Amino acid sequence: MSQSIALAAPDVPVRRSWQIPLRLRRLISPLVLVLAWEAASHLGVISPRTIAAPSVIMASAWDLTVTGELPENLLVSLARVAVGFAIGVSAGIVLAVLSGLSRLGEEILDAPLQMLRTLPFLALVPLFILWFGIGELPKVALVTLGAMFPVYLNLFAGIRGVDPKLIETAQVFGLSRLALIRRVILPGALPQLLVGLRYALGVSWLSLVVAEQINASAGIGHLINDARDFLRTDVIVVGLMVYALLGLGADALVRALEQRTLRWRPSLVSGARA
Amino acid sequence: MTGVRVRGLTRRFGTRAVLDRLDLTLAPGSFTALLGRSGSGKTTLLRTLAGLDAVTEGALVEVPRPTTVVFQEPRLLPWAKVWQNVALGLAGDDARARASAALSEVGLGRHLDAWPLTLSGGEAQRVALARALVRAPRLLLLDEPFAALDALTRIRMHALVLELWRAHGPAVLLVTHDVDEAISLADRVLVLDAGRIAVDVEIDLPRPRDAANPTRAGLRRHFLETLGVKDLVA
Ligand SMILES: Nc1ncnc2c1ncn2[C@@H]1O[C@H](COP(=O)(O)OP(=O)(O)OP(=O)(O)O)[C@@H](O)[C@H]1O
Ligand SMILES: [Mg+2]
Repeated sequence: MSQSIALAAPDVPVRRSWQIPLRLRRLISPLVLVLAWEAASHLGVISPRTIAAPSVIMASAWDLTVTGELPENLLVSLARVAVGFAIGVSAGIVLAVLSGLSRLGEEILDAPLQMLRTLPFLALVPLFILWFGIGELPKVALVTLGAMFPVYLNLFAGIRGVDPKLIETAQVFGLSRLALIRRVILPGALPQLLVGLRYALGVSWLSLVVAEQINASAGIGHLINDARDFLRTDVIVVGLMVYALLGLGADALVRALEQRTLRWRPSLVSGARA
Repeated sequence: MTGVRVRGLTRRFGTRAVLDRLDLTLAPGSFTALLGRSGSGKTTLLRTLAGLDAVTEGALVEVPRPTTVVFQEPRLLPWAKVWQNVALGLAGDDARARASAALSEVGLGRHLDAWPLTLSGGEAQRVALARALVRAPRLLLLDEPFAALDALTRIRMHALVLELWRAHGPAVLLVTHDVDEAISLADRVLVLDAGRIAVDVEIDLPRPRDAANPTRAGLRRHFLETLGVKDLVA
């Protein structure tokens, strides 16, 4: 009976010489697609009314930037998200802390919030227009609402999920209620809060896109709507790209925040992230 | 100096009385081990002494201040550095210095700024010990603090606890499942059964206590019998 087990031969030649790093290889297929798109546009297979050629889009992006049209509208959109997000997140945090830390708070706040949560809040747009008109208010309000619920739900769950053994231990060592909240409960709920923030950012963005369809006279949404009226598919795509880039940037921001505040986590501590 | 005085302590969960009119006295600076079957109410008694469980039914519970606890698990805050865990709830500017001194005593003087999740089980439990000691407790409650450690680490921890007890002189109440641990560490061994202290034996042997000592072997058999395992050990 053979006892020999074939171990992986160490000297099997690995053909590496022609290999391109994975990062670059992943770029190949999108690049080919873009080139094909460009060619199809030039050959008249894709009409500019359907979608403009990539080179045209890049040129308009440049034009819109140097004329200041894009930066101006971008600032308006950013301000809407920033204000709405800040109010929504603050409200979500305050409500979650109130109902997470006290039974009374939970009894008063949680039921109505859970009911409101089930409402698809984008369906509130007509009502918001009636209430707030068509200015900045309904847009900011929509973003606020979109940001508030993910923060509330996650932070509430995070606070209630803090290990009771840790809370008990803090009591043994004589922590005051305030110190208990500051040193044990809030840090314990932080990972969950960050999850909530991530969601809130995504939803805020979506809310912004929807809100800017409401008769906006400035902002990326306005840019896109205007372009639609003039059949400028190139400008529309530029607007979409800006939305996408902003979304990516926001996500990177939360990631950075996570890395900073969750330093103590084992995966980050051990540097296991290659 | 006052020790621990408990009279007529009853604790019910539902209708079952886990502690049933229990009386207990611990002298200041004494080292006592508490044995008992699983579910006999040892942790319940410790929680009452630690002030984590409201005393009801007119019982008298006198406990010296400060009283601190080391639990079976280290229970460190993972988001606070080791020294911050030890200094938890300490007031004053010298908190870090005091935490540092306590950590040196348990042999972790170089881990001040480590994150708890990077520590080994034994190290984490020593941090918990430092956290209990830094408050200069007059009563130190230990709820099976060595149960999750490997045998070698456990022996080192025994020596460490004895050394710290001699240096600081708190009354110690050590809950354990391990009869040998109880006999080799404590001056007095109690067995909790049916809600009361059923056995109360002074151990008058010089330390370190040789396992082959005939008195010790007799004690061991006696405790195992009261714990209901005499038929299992020949
Ligand atoms: N909060 C609680 N609610 C209901 N029953 C409880 C509660 N805490 C403890 N008990 C019950 O009281 C009894 C004693 O529990 P306790 O934890 O004090 O036992 P123990 O002696 O420490 O056991 P072990 O050695 O296994 O740790 C157990 O039967 C347990 O189920
Ligand atoms: Mg127990």
